Amino acid sequence: MTSAVPGTLAAFLCLFFQTANVTDVMAQEATDKQPVATDRPQKIAEIRIGYLRAYAPQLALSLLDLPPRDEGVAGANVAIGDNNTTGKFLSQKFSLDITEVKPDADAAQAFNELIAKGDRYVVADLSVRQLLSIADIARDKGVLVFNVGATDDSLREEDCRINIFHVAPTRSMLADALAQYLVVKKWPNWVLLYGSHERDHLYAAALRRAAARFGGQIVAEKEFKDTGTARRTDTGATQIQQQISVFTQDLPEHDVVLVADESEVFGTYVPYRTWTPRLVAGTAGLVASSWHPASEQWGGIQMQSRFLRTTGRRMLSKDMSAWTAVRAVGEASTRTNGDDPKKISDYIRSDDFSVAAFKGQKLTFRKWNHQLRQPILLGDTESVVSTSPQEGYLHQISELDTLGVDQPETKCVLK
Amino acid sequence: MQRRACALAILATGFMANPAWAYTVYVSNEKDNTVTVVDTATMQVVKTVEVGQRPRGITISHDGKFIYLCASDDDTIEIIDTATLQIVGTLPSGPDPELFVLSPDGKTLYVANEDDNLVTAINIESKQVMAEIPVGVEPEGMAVSPDGKTMVNTSETTSMAHFIDTDSHEVTDNVLVDTRPRFAQFKPDGSQIWVSAEIGGTVSVIDSFKREVVKKIQFAIAGLRPETIQPVGIAISADGKKAYVALGPANHVAVINTETYEVEKYILVGQRVWHLDFTPDQKTLITTNGNSNDITFIDTATDEPVQSVTVGQQPWGVAISPH
Repeated sequence: MTSAVPGTLAAFLCLFFQTANVTDVMAQEATDKQPVATDRPQKIAEIRIGYLRAYAPQLALSLLDLPPRDEGVAGANVAIGDNNTTGKFLSQKFSLDITEVKPDADAAQAFNELIAKGDRYVVADLSVRQLLSIADIARDKGVLVFNVGATDDSLREEDCRINIFHVAPTRSMLADALAQYLVVKKWPNWVLLYGSHERDHLYAAALRRAAARFGGQIVAEKEFKDTGTARRTDTGATQIQQQISVFTQDLPEHDVVLVADESEVFGTYVPYRTWTPRLVAGTAGLVASSWHPASEQWGGIQMQSRFLRTTGRRMLSKDMSAWTAVRAVGEASTRTNGDDPKKISDYIRSDDFSVAAFKGQKLTFRKWNHQLRQPILLGDTESVVSTSPQEGYLHQISELDTLGVDQPETKCVLK
Repeated sequence: MQRRACALAILATGFMANPAWAYTVYVSNEKDNTVTVVDTATMQVVKTVEVGQRPRGITISHDGKFIYLCASDDDTIEIIDTATLQIVGTLPSGPDPELFVLSPDGKTLYVANEDDNLVTAINIESKQVMAEIPVGVEPEGMAVSPDGKTMVNTSETTSMAHFIDTDSHEVTDNVLVDTRPRFAQFKPDGSQIWVSAEIGGTVSVIDSFKREVVKKIQFAIAGLRPETIQPVGIAISADGKKAYVALGPANHVAVINTETYEVEKYILVGQRVWHLDFTPDQKTLITTNGNSNDITFIDTATDEPVQSVTVGQQPWGVAISPH
């Protein structure tokens, strides 16, 4: 004791001492009483979640970018484990039924089979066409579909559907997240290099929209034609070095090279090989995504180590989307304390619903098109560089709505 | 714990006559692996102690002789002798210990192991693990009732407060709260447990006897986005009348009247205010401000911030000497 305690304080503490004793007895009585819940065994509520995915082996320009065989599925499995840890306190048991189809196959049959097993929630990693082919069945059978793969804005706009919820961010959300950061950094002049496939064009369109929205200038554009060359050759590196340099030789002065190459034809080769020394962003260089394998902010380290321990690899964006989808069902089951699909579905559609996914704030669905609001991470291969929305981009409802198509612009009529 | 403080207070009036309310504050600095030692009378840093990796949860033995510190990335709890400020031992915490609570008799530490969905009970004297209790996903907040019979743990992804009987080490009740509960604090009379929900943005007041939420406290600060209000640390005054809640990236501490549950004031402190504690005389509240690398002294008579003191990088937890 390095301080003198006045008598009044001591007296006060003694008074307090007595109070504490009285309540000790009360607390004892309370704990001696058996809790009601353990008196009678509760029926276990079984909540089955389907996972329907279009799968075919994919090529990538870098060995590091070859998708793991269980991309997405692994995230769903970890979330099932998390749901069950919570579920044991509420007599709920979650399980996952995984079905794979080919990317061009009929998804409706596989979807119907999942419904026949009793799945009322289906995580879908499918193409736009496949998703639309199951949307009406989902509506008629009261099944909620969680899109974790398709980033197409059209699915949230003209082709939005009442029973499809989108956990994956849209291309416009990703592009807006990137554009906000580049503008905040005062690097506003961009050239846009895009691939020749449809999805490359869609990403390029999202980048153009983002430029117009946030004050970026696209000073030149160039399409990189896919001439059908193999992605892998033993001595390709020398040629690529020259090829990209020449391809970027005639561009006007710019701050950043934007790359839109979802098809993995040339984008990976752009950084460090440009004619002038410039930063690269888009699908190469600084990449916008819903998760990053090195994100450890906001408790993320716990998610990362749990995922690594369970699966033996790092967590990718699709894993996080699938984890979030399964957790959304888990969260709604916890809050409604049961397995009634109607109650769970109503809860997910309600204002009360939110889910936490290690992004520093609660994530909610946009009412008008069922897109999950979420911060977008900007990272290179090693680390998270920034998180958007950037400071200062204000919004009357949620700053997360500065990313992507906002309510006043939406073409979505849910049906 | 409060009873112990009472006994010490009486003893102190008897034979201690040192001047000026000087307590010693120990702050764990998550980023630079140190504990900063601050004197409350001078409000100056006295010493910086090198500790294990990623120090977070910190508490002090009831006699003030030892600091217990979660060195999260070393998977251990370090024991620091407050007389020499040397690390004199470790306790087997299990992996990734984050927060813990000391039993009122000072014999047991209850530790939340975030990575393993477990709460570990450790006997301090024998340094043995007495029990591992399975709880929800990502256990964090830890509180023990004044009589030592009930322990409460919060699990962040499960969003529950788990009530654990400290004799049987069984979970007896689970109370659902809002998203990502971070911290639990018993009222000094044991009648309620206050639980903060970081992402939910609320504090749930749970009745200890009914084991149900009797009040949910919400926060609103003019000019701040609701999502920046993320309640974490809670400190309740010894008379039970005022509760202080650290609001994380909102950079404010809320002062709550525990009778009306009204927020009476928001005190501006440093950036990302995380944890807080009272000096034993209750006159000062000290907060750790993770992103501004400082601690704030608040005068509890006026609820005004008095002074900020720079400590190490990303201050996380705070423990204050009982004398």
